[in-house]
Amino acid sequence: MPTLWLVVLLFALAAVGFVLGRSRALATAGGDARALHSLPTYYGLNVALSALVPALGVLAIWVLAQPILIETRVSGMIPDELIPEGTTRGLVMSDVRRVADGLDEAVRQGSLTKSEADNLRSDATDVRARLGEVGVALGSDVRPEVLTAAQQFRRMTTTGNIAMIVVIGMLAAGGLAFAYTRTNKDFRARNVVEQGVLALLILAASLAILTTVGIVLSMLFETLNFFKLHPWTDFFFGSTWAPNFRGDSELSILPLLWGTLYISFLALLVAVPIGLFAAIYLSEYANRHTRAFAKPLLEILAGIPTIVYGLFALLTVGPALVKVFGRGEDGLLGVDWMTGATSVLTAGVVMGIMLIPFVSSLSDDIINAVPQAMRDGSLGLGATKSETVRQVVLPAALPGIVGAVLLAASRAIGETMIVVMGAGAIAKFSLNPLESMTTITTRIVSQLTGDTDFASPETLVAFALGLTLFVLTLGLNVLALYIVRTYREQYE
Amino acid sequence: MTETSQSTENGRKPHGGSLMTLSKRTARRNAAEKRFQIYGIAAIAVGLLMLIILVSTIVSRGVGAYSQTFVTLQVELLESKLDKSGTRDLEKIKKVSTFGYAPLIKNAFSVKLEELGIQSELSAKEQAAILSKSAPAQLRDYVIANPDKIGETIEFRFLANGRVDGYMKGRVSRESIANDKSINAEQLDFVDILVVNDVIEKTFNLDFITGADASDQRPEAAGMGVSMIGSLFMMLVVLALALPIGVAASIYLEEFAPQNWLTDVIEVNISNLAAVPSIVFGILGLAVFINYMHLPTSAPLVGGLVLTLMTLPTIIISTRASLKSVPPSIRDAALGVGASKMQAVFHHVLPLAAPGILTGTIIGLAQALGETAPLLLIGMVGFIASNAPDSLASGLMSPNSAMPAQIYEWAKRADPAFYERAWGGIIILLVFLITMNTVAVILRRRFERRW
Repeated sequence: MPTLWLVVLLFALAAVGFVLGRSRALATAGGDARALHSLPTYYGLNVALSALVPALGVLAIWVLAQPILIETRVSGMIPDELIPEGTTRGLVMSDVRRVADGLDEAVRQGSLTKSEADNLRSDATDVRARLGEVGVALGSDVRPEVLTAAQQFRRMTTTGNIAMIVVIGMLAAGGLAFAYTRTNKDFRARNVVEQGVLALLILAASLAILTTVGIVLSMLFETLNFFKLHPWTDFFFGSTWAPNFRGDSELSILPLLWGTLYISFLALLVAVPIGLFAAIYLSEYANRHTRAFAKPLLEILAGIPTIVYGLFALLTVGPALVKVFGRGEDGLLGVDWMTGATSVLTAGVVMGIMLIPFVSSLSDDIINAVPQAMRDGSLGLGATKSETVRQVVLPAALPGIVGAVLLAASRAIGETMIVVMGAGAIAKFSLNPLESMTTITTRIVSQLTGDTDFASPETLVAFALGLTLFVLTLGLNVLALYIVRTYREQYE
Repeated sequence: MTETSQSTENGRKPHGGSLMTLSKRTARRNAAEKRFQIYGIAAIAVGLLMLIILVSTIVSRGVGAYSQTFVTLQVELLESKLDKSGTRDLEKIKKVSTFGYAPLIKNAFSVKLEELGIQSELSAKEQAAILSKSAPAQLRDYVIANPDKIGETIEFRFLANGRVDGYMKGRVSRESIANDKSINAEQLDFVDILVVNDVIEKTFNLDFITGADASDQRPEAAGMGVSMIGSLFMMLVVLALALPIGVAASIYLEEFAPQNWLTDVIEVNISNLAAVPSIVFGILGLAVFINYMHLPTSAPLVGGLVLTLMTLPTIIISTRASLKSVPPSIRDAALGVGASKMQAVFHHVLPLAAPGILTGTIIGLAQALGETAPLLLIGMVGFIASNAPDSLASGLMSPNSAMPAQIYEWAKRADPAFYERAWGGIIILLVFLITMNTVAVILRRRFERRW
């Protein structure tokens, strides 16, 4: 882990810089801090930051860029005709990486010397067996061009790491020296340091943009790869979801979307009435004590991790529903409509429970924002409290409540653990809530866990699903915000 | 009377009766009012009932994981089986596999039965089968650690088999094992006899809290300890990254940002990120940290990075709220005595906002601690987290599980004995969450200043 040590070294250098800068500033002022432009600390900070920040920044970029550069260079060395039928360049490159890692491991464990690893020849040594000894299992025998590429890969990585240490070290030392020489009693250290800190603050704030860009780009690239391997018409307009690893999968999002929307609809059917009535009661009827008691308790439901709800669905609600709707004569209703514990109803009900506090606390805020004068006016005209709520308060709060429901819907669509554990794995169009169905998030999890091959459409489809999910939830959120902003009644 | 006749002339029916009696219309309206209130009460009652059901299910089904059935036996460590040469050469002792230890356990059973004067029709193999499959390994570990004890008779506490444990806890009955090949009714009778004679007892199970996950064959040996360490390392990463970055971003947005398009873009992004489904962050982690940067799969470092990105919006939103609540007069006073804007913020506003920031951070961490979905994608499930990491670097980089991922893993396994473990794990997870939230509430109560 040379990078980690490099970072530690940089921080140590910065600490030294701090002491040096501070003492030099004091020395130029003849030991009298009043003669300095800034407080002595700022001179120290200036030197420390000049040593640390540029070096760390370049280090971050280097760590990100080096693998791609090496990858493209090494990948370019393998001629097209040497890539076997039925595989891709990406697969060969992953072999190369594995062999290179294996050689590293062998050198680390001492079963190969450094020069042996560099000069190994696949016709002279059984590389696979040698690597097997140190615990690196390879799928097939190592072909000569893969071995050469792997050795080249190692060589370039080593060179790159050495170059990185040298460049970063020089940059840090240079920054330190530059700031140190500039340090004298008239240097405006505070202004410089504050500008630097401001730049860092902006950088931290921009991370939000970077994350969004990262999300979109990472999914977009893989989605494009997916559409190169699989027709987009099938993805958007097909009717079947049937992945298989023989290569003739049908991967359509529509059945998954149906399952997702159906479960979300059931969840909202549970959460919206309960949440809304709870909010109305708490804000219009309940006295202070009831409110102080019931509101936090309801909000506990929102703080429970989704894995708990998932387990609850799988092991408690599902079997309970089977007891009611299944088992034929042994069941409570004597019917045999439900066979397994996983079903749309199971997931929908549990997700509804999870969303109750979400709907109720959002609606509560919105109802409380309706001015008291409107209630007083309505009550003064002789309306009862419930008439006031229905005819005055709710219409005034309606845009906000619609926004809250849309936000809850977006939560329901993106929810993962409850549907992974409670909804089942069968993709189909059906109206029967007692059947098990599958959702977008469930399929993302199942396509991306276990042994995945990032060159097959069956794996890459998960990225297309993820992007659709992202767009869907983002759209709902934007719509919710838009409705709230546009139709909100302006009081005061 | 004139008024009444007037209204009759206008074509309207007289109200009839006095004000003291309720008209039908009023009664209807009052009934509607009552109904409306009842709906509200019912809604709250349903919500609270769900909470009660949820909590009581967790407690009633999870509490079993904290007690465990043990079998106490005196095992004679026969020299003839373990160290034929008699040289106490550790290499030679290590050559004896766990199969070599199985006869010792069978012997111990027959000795014990003789001592108690019990006749059993079970074969020695069936008797030994009431122990966990880990029993021979436990013996072997002991012998390798203490080779000088070979030849002596030592008392051991072995874990009972998962089925026997289930029988002791009432989960397994004679009816339910009718089709179960791993245990039969005679063995349960045998267990009953041993219970009467104090050979088998059920005690508190510390190993569940401190131990590691076991293979999917041995639910009785599975514990949460190692995955707790995995969660701890992830939280360290989240704390080390999300707190400074989140506070820096909030300070910029709240105190320095000019009103321009860049600020708008950042604000919109933060509010959107807060609403992005957690699984999308998992996809991001898989694509960027694992496929692109080649960080190790299943490493707490990667989990921590993903959770950092997920928690940042929460921390930024709460930090901004607490920065906003510091009155402008504090800033003005600092600027008035000659501080720079940066000094005013860092020396005066930030310390005053610190309790609020801390509260928000703890709540964000609690949220991250319970998050599962992104961890599934970066591979923190599907393997046995059996070894506790020995250093900080290996804690961050070597594969581990996390508490919620471990619970999910148990819930997926076929043996129902693991479900008890999963519920038990949830109790631990909830204890952590409740503690963190309580600390947050106490901090807020204790240090919050109203201006």
